[in-house]
Amino acid sequence: MREFGYQRVFDVSGAVALLGSDPEARCLGGGTNLVDLMKGGVERPSQLIDVRELPLDRIDARGGGGLRIGATVTNSELAAHPEVRRHYPALAQAVLAGASGQLRNMATVGGNLLQRTRCGYFTDTSKPCNKRDPGSGCPAVEGEHHNHAILGASAHCVAVHPSDMGVALSAFDAVVEYETADGPGEVPLAEFYLPVGETPHLETALPSGALITGIALPPAPVAARSRYRKVRERASYAFAIGSIAAALDVRDGMVSDVRLAFGAVASRPWRAREAERALIGGPASADAFAAAADAELSAAETLPHNGYKVTLMRNLVVAVLAELAEEGAR
Amino acid sequence: MALSTSSVITLNVNGEKHTLPVDHRTTLLDALREHLDLTGSKKGCDHGQCGACTVLIDGRRSVACLQLAVAAEGRVITTIEGVAEGERLHPVQQAFLDLDGYQCGYCTPGQICSAIAVIEEHAAGWPSAVTADIRPEAGVPALTADEIRERMSGNLCRCGAYVSIVQAVARAAEEEAGARPAPAAPGPEGGPSGSAGAGGGDGVAGTGGAEDTAAVNGAGSTASAGGAHGAGAAHGAGGTHGAGGADDTEGVGMAV
Repeated sequence: MREFGYQRVFDVSGAVALLGSDPEARCLGGGTNLVDLMKGGVERPSQLIDVRELPLDRIDARGGGGLRIGATVTNSELAAHPEVRRHYPALAQAVLAGASGQLRNMATVGGNLLQRTRCGYFTDTSKPCNKRDPGSGCPAVEGEHHNHAILGASAHCVAVHPSDMGVALSAFDAVVEYETADGPGEVPLAEFYLPVGETPHLETALPSGALITGIALPPAPVAARSRYRKVRERASYAFAIGSIAAALDVRDGMVSDVRLAFGAVASRPWRAREAERALIGGPASADAFAAAADAELSAAETLPHNGYKVTLMRNLVVAVLAELAEEGAR
Repeated sequence: MALSTSSVITLNVNGEKHTLPVDHRTTLLDALREHLDLTGSKKGCDHGQCGACTVLIDGRRSVACLQLAVAAEGRVITTIEGVAEGERLHPVQQAFLDLDGYQCGYCTPGQICSAIAVIEEHAAGWPSAVTADIRPEAGVPALTADEIRERMSGNLCRCGAYVSIVQAVARAAEEEAGARPAPAAPGPEGGPSGSAGAGGGDGVAGTGGAEDTAAVNGAGSTASAGGAHGAGAAHGAGGTHGAGGADDTEGVGMAV
């Protein structure tokens, strides 16, 4: 591991000043991903700026509905929060589906957004990887890719984003708030993760030297009836091979509002807008759910060993929407 | 300005303050084991995947292998060496002893630290991934075997002592719920912390020998097991709580 400096910061302006003065500095939240990547030589920061003492550890209700979640709120605190569980249950479920109790106690919301892919080629510095070492190639395309992307990938990178939390946030139109030396800014989560294209090493739209300060969740009545379901290779404590965040509102048998987002299928949480468009105003039936899934997944491009994800995601859409419709009809 | 890459820090561990110089690369786990000679916390995978290094930081269970020592300054750290009250074992330690919640003992300090926190998290009303209804209005779920398996899934046991571990956690939770003052007003945020029947307190009696005590106090196998208990354990798909099929469920023998 490269030697590094360490500084603890207590206010946002101090953190931003430090970040702006050293492009090789990294923020340390829970460290559950960053420290591990440093051990493997994937991340080699000059210094760590410990942000855990910043006054960003609150979850506040916003006027007119919605929540603002501070960047240093831990995953555990987020999932246990009564307002999150009441108004955005899929978000609490998504967070609880990720990692272990120990890691959720350490990990922060801001760090969760910035965690890196678990693609085995990315984390192994003896292998080529366009994300870690631009231009070196992507061995996953012809190698181990059974858990790699089926949507929005390119020949340059087929890695998936590992976050569960981000999938639910994506479904509920979250906005990422940040601070730079020039002042505050914000970017919708839908635009936060950059398209892969030829530049998989460029992952987010966060400006250079910016500090994530929080996440704004707009009011979304439909989210009160929402669910996160995660499929993985063991029953607990594993990354998804496919997951879904869904919310559904049915009036007189017709879909009046719906939110759908997929996890573990793309380099970012994948908002399934084609499926939503196909569903809205139509019947809340199994056939309609399947047709909507097909509308979204028609863009899927599979590799030899990950084609199962198309079937998996289709089945998840149908099953979870059917459950939500049935509960809503009661 | 050249950045300093080491610091002199003070760690608060088990109620004692220790001042020590650390390279910033030092994890809390290595500081505990190599600098403070607290070898109860074990190094299994060193990547946050096995839970053998679990300690309590400000009362929250955490993996010490991904916690930098320098970032732990000012926080209250409790390791397996600090959970007993003098000669009186913590109820979770006693339950692991009485119900044989281990075989080789290597994962046991982490299992016990994790279980102590699991019981507190559950009593505080935290839901889990297997909680059917996570709305606060639904109250606190019973601490069933399924809940215990899910909540303990961050602690792997290569010996596969999970059946007894689940029983031990259930019994300790039941005892602590009995010892805890009843909640004043079980509102939406904190319902009664009812735990499922643990199949009676008459589990298999522990042998209570020196080896057993060593295991639950964390003084058991110390450094040499690193290889055998390495990353392979963490990746073993069969090694998680709750991952098993009908056999696991039947073996637990609990009323759920």
